[in-house]
Amino acid sequence: MNFDDTPQEAAFRAEARAWISGNAPKQYEEELRKSSLGRTVLKGANILEVAKAWQKKKADAGWACLHWPKEYGGRGASPIERVIWQQEEGPFGKLSGMFIIGHGMCGPTMMAYAGEEQKRNYLPPLASGEKIWCQLFSEPAGGSDVAGLRTRAEKKGDDWIINGQKIWTSGAHYSDYGILLTRTDPNVPKHKGLTMFFLDMKSPGVEVRPIKQASGQSDFNEVYFTDVKIPDSQRLGAVNDGWNVSLTTLMNERMSIGAGVATGFPELFEFCNSLMLEDGPAIEDRSVRSKLANYAVKASGLRYTSMRAISALSKGERPGPENSIGKLVAGSMVQEVAMYALDLQGAAGVLSGPEDAEIAGKFQAMLLRAPGTRVEGGTDEIMRNIIAERVLGLPGDIRVDKDVPFNQIPTKGRA
Amino acid sequence: MNFDFSDEQKQMRDAARKFLTEKCPPKAVREVLDGKAPYDKELWKGLAEMGFLGVAIPEQFGGAGAGHLELCVIAEEMGRANAPVPFSSTVYLAAEALLLAGSDAQKQKWLPKIASGEAIGTLALFEGKGNPSPEAIKLQASGDTLNGVKRPVPDAAIAHFAVVAARTGSTGRDSDISLFLVDLKAGGVEAKPLTNIDPTRGQAELTFTKARAEPLGAAGEGWSILTQVLDRAAVLLAFEQVGGSDRALEMGRDYALDRIAFGRPIGSFQAVKHMLADMYVSATLARSNCYYGAWALSTNASELPEAAAAARISATQAFQHCSKNNIQVHGGMGFTWEFDCHMYYRRANASALTLGSLSYWEDQLIDRMRKKNAA
Repeated sequence: MNFDDTPQEAAFRAEARAWISGNAPKQYEEELRKSSLGRTVLKGANILEVAKAWQKKKADAGWACLHWPKEYGGRGASPIERVIWQQEEGPFGKLSGMFIIGHGMCGPTMMAYAGEEQKRNYLPPLASGEKIWCQLFSEPAGGSDVAGLRTRAEKKGDDWIINGQKIWTSGAHYSDYGILLTRTDPNVPKHKGLTMFFLDMKSPGVEVRPIKQASGQSDFNEVYFTDVKIPDSQRLGAVNDGWNVSLTTLMNERMSIGAGVATGFPELFEFCNSLMLEDGPAIEDRSVRSKLANYAVKASGLRYTSMRAISALSKGERPGPENSIGKLVAGSMVQEVAMYALDLQGAAGVLSGPEDAEIAGKFQAMLLRAPGTRVEGGTDEIMRNIIAERVLGLPGDIRVDKDVPFNQIPTKGRA
Repeated sequence: MNFDFSDEQKQMRDAARKFLTEKCPPKAVREVLDGKAPYDKELWKGLAEMGFLGVAIPEQFGGAGAGHLELCVIAEEMGRANAPVPFSSTVYLAAEALLLAGSDAQKQKWLPKIASGEAIGTLALFEGKGNPSPEAIKLQASGDTLNGVKRPVPDAAIAHFAVVAARTGSTGRDSDISLFLVDLKAGGVEAKPLTNIDPTRGQAELTFTKARAEPLGAAGEGWSILTQVLDRAAVLLAFEQVGGSDRALEMGRDYALDRIAFGRPIGSFQAVKHMLADMYVSATLARSNCYYGAWALSTNASELPEAAAAARISATQAFQHCSKNNIQVHGGMGFTWEFDCHMYYRRANASALTLGSLSYWEDQLIDRMRKKNAA
C-alpha cells in the first residue's frame, strides 16, 4: 500500500507538469484557485475566451481529451494518465467546465453512433474547444424520468421535423452543436419510441432562453424547437432505439475521478480556525469541534474513496462502484456546511454582500447554489436508487407505465 | 498509486473469512452471548494455529512477522464474524503496548504466548466514567506495587496479564503517568466480571492491592506510549467495525430481497432501498478512511494520529448506522433474540466506547488537524 507513481506514471506526470508549467495561463492561477465552489468567474477577462484559448493550446500540443483516440483529436492515453493530467492541471482544470458535457457525454456518443466521416469532421474541433456541444435530454415533463420526454421528431422526406421544449441545458447559449433525444413514436411504451440526433444549434427554429435559477444566477437554459429541420444523416442509432443510445451517453456521465468533489470542508475548517465566538475561538468550542470532525471524516472518506478508484485504474482495473457515492455525499454536505457556517455568525450570517459577509460571501453563495447540486445530473434519490439497484442488487421500482403506450400514460396528478 | 491491499493480503483476508465462516458461525457467538462460556476457547486456539494472533508479531518473538496491513485484514474478518474472543484487547492493546515499549525480556516473556494463544492480555486504563486523560488516572504506583481500581477493563476476567496505566507523580503533567506490566495470576489482583451491553466481549473490574508490577517503558513515558497504543488500536478496531458494518449491511440487503410484504420484496420499496443505500455510503466512507489509517499505521507515518482518529470516528459511525438500520429493515423480527441483528448492534455500540467515546475522538481529530495545520 502506497501513494507512489509507477515509473511510467512518474514519467508521464513529469512531462505533463513541465508542459503545464510552460504553457498554462498563469495570470489567472490565483483567481481560479480561489473559485473553489460554484461557477468560475474571472475579473476583467471573458472566461469563455480564456477557456477556449487554453483548450486550443492543449489540443495543439496533444493534451486535449486525453482518453480519446488520436484520430479524433485525443491522445489515446490510459485512464490513469487522464487522472494524473487532471491532478497536474489543478486550478487550470476549472477552465474546462464548459467542455465537460461535450467531451464527457456528446463525444463518446458520437464515437459510438456517428459515421466515420462525421466523427472525423466533428470530433477534433470538439476536442480542441473550437466547437462547444450541449446535451438536450431533460424536459419539463421528463427530469428523473428522462424517457417521459415529449419533444416530437416527425419524418418528412429525408429530414426530421422537431417540435418541443428542452430544459436545464447547460451551456446551450454558447454551444455550437447538441445531441438531442426525441420522441418518434408515441404509440409504443415510452422507452421504445425515442430517437437520438445531433444538430447545429444555429438551425432555424432553435431558440435558447436562459433560466433564472433560485440562486439568482443563470447557468442553464430552456431550448425551444419550432419546426427545426434535422437531416436523417444526423440520426444517431436506429429509429426508436434512442433509449439505448442515451444509455451510452449517461454511462459516460461519471464523476470525473481524480478531480475531487467540492465538499466545502476546507473552507469551513479555515473559517473556524479564525472565527471568534462570544466566549473564545470557534475552533476551541466543543460543539464546533464535533461538527467539524463529522464533516472532516466525510471529506477524507471521499478523498480516499477516490484514491482507491485511482489505484484500480493504475492497475488497469475498472474502479468499483464506491465512486458512485461522491455526488450524493458531497451535495448535501455542501448545503449543511454552508448552513452551519452561517449559523456560527448569528444574525450577521444573513448578509451576503461581499463587503459585509465573511470570506466574501462564499458560504452564502454555497447555500443558495447547493439545492441545485442535489438535483442536477441525478437527484439524491436517483443516486440512492442507483446504489441500491446496481451496487446492492435490490429490485428496480415497479414501473406502472412500463408496458403502456406513451400516449396513454396519465399526464396529470390531481385532476 | 497503489492505495489498496496486495493480492497476498487479500488472500489472507479470504483465508480468514473462510476459517471464521466455518469456525465462528452465529451459533458459536451465541454460546458466549448466552453466558455458556466466557469466550470461545476452541476458536481462540484455532486462531493461534492459523497464525492470526501473532500476525504482526516479529518472528523472533514467536509471531508470523507479517505486519500491520495483514493484521488489518484479519481484524476486518473478526468484526464481520463478531468473533467472541479477546482479540482486540490481547492483540491491538496488550501486544501493541509490548511491541512499542516492552524490553526484550518482556517481549520474550509475553509475545510468544500471545501468538500461541496461551496468554490473553489487556489494557487497564479507565477508572469509571470518562475518556482517556492523564488526570483520570488515579491508580497509584509505589515502587513496584500498584494500588487502586480499574473499570471497565476489556476481557480482564479471562486475561493472564495486563498493561496498567498508573500515577507515578503529582506535578499535573503528562509525565506523572507510567505504564506497568502485571501478571494477573500472581496475586494482589482481584477480577470481578461486569455485566455489559455486549456479552461476547467481556468487561471486568480489576482491584489492585499491593500488586507486583514491573515498569513497561520508561518512567513518566506512560501517557505518550498510551497515546500511541490507542492510535494503533483505533485503526485496528476500526477495521473490525468496518467488517461488522459490511456484514450488517449484507444481512439487511438479504432480508430485503427475501421478505415479501404488500405483495413484493420489501427491497423494492424506495424507503427501504434508500436506507440500505445510505448504509452502503457510511460503510464505504469508513472503509476508505480505514485504508488511510492502515497505510499510516503500516508505515509509521507522522499522519497516524490524524488518520487513526478519522478512521475511528468514521468506522464507529458506520457500524452504529448499519447495525441499527439492519434491525429496522428486519422490522419486528430484528428485535427478537433469535435473529442475529442485535449481536451486531451490541458489538457496534460497545466498540464505539471501548477506546473512548465518539466525542473524545472528534475532539482528538480536530486537535491533531490543527497541529498539522500549524506545523
